[in-house]
Amino acid sequence: MTTLTDDALWSAVAEPSRRRVLDLLVSHGASSAWGLAGHVSISRQAVSKHLGVLEGAGLVGRRRQGREVLFEVHPDRLHEATRAMAELATQWDRRLDAIRRLAEAAHAETKRQEAVADDGHDATEESE
Amino acid sequence: MADLVVQRDILIEAPVEVVWHTVTAPDQMSLWFADRVELVVAPGAHGYLHFGDQGGPVVVETVEPPTRFSFRWNYPVDEVPESGNSMLVEFTLTPEGDERTRLQVTESGHELRDWPDAERQRYAGEHRAGWEEILGRLDGVLVVRPR
Repeated sequence: MTTLTDDALWSAVAEPSRRRVLDLLVSHGASSAWGLAGHVSISRQAVSKHLGVLEGAGLVGRRRQGREVLFEVHPDRLHEATRAMAELATQWDRRLDAIRRLAEAAHAETKRQEAVADDGHDATEESE
Repeated sequence: MADLVVQRDILIEAPVEVVWHTVTAPDQMSLWFADRVELVVAPGAHGYLHFGDQGGPVVVETVEPPTRFSFRWNYPVDEVPESGNSMLVEFTLTPEGDERTRLQVTESGHELRDWPDAERQRYAGEHRAGWEEILGRLDGVLVVRPR
């Protein structure tokens, strides 16, 4: 029943502090957890936890460079995440359009019936 | 709190009462939303949305005729729906003259529960630009909403 293509993706990007970590990775390029923690007011442990969730959702990958572990964004997967949200928006566009058609048809029908009632009323008056 | 929100709206050539009925009456909801809707439109009421042979629970939050209606869905059937495990759908109806209504819908995702308020508020301010830049391709589909 879920309208989302991938719950893991959604929950990974729907949380504000994880999005901030993701933002930093996008703007700074490959970074270590230490490097990222220096830019945010959350602990390195919290940053590592967020990176783990992002990695689990496939949004982020890790590679070793010397003694450091660097994290970087997987652009394809990020694109997929944004597309999932765009699809969510498209679904609502379709639903809103269906609501519009139903409401406008109901309103048009009410007006038509009122017009018929008015005509009938006029006709009665004329015959009197 | 900052929340990831999908927000859309549409202009409808019908009075607000007519649009309200279309949005909230279960027999009407089954025409634009689920295949079958079991729901009492009252705050706190639990219902069920059928999508083919699948489905899921729904709980009504706000009912303020004819302008505000909201519900939570997409939560595990054995859990109590709250901000951390469900999606919140909010409809706002705004009359534009006697025969037109602006209908806006927002659907917001899992919020962060264990975050101090001050941190949330600071975040909401400073984060907006960065995230919207990343998701710029979505062009107004997504907003980060402080509240």
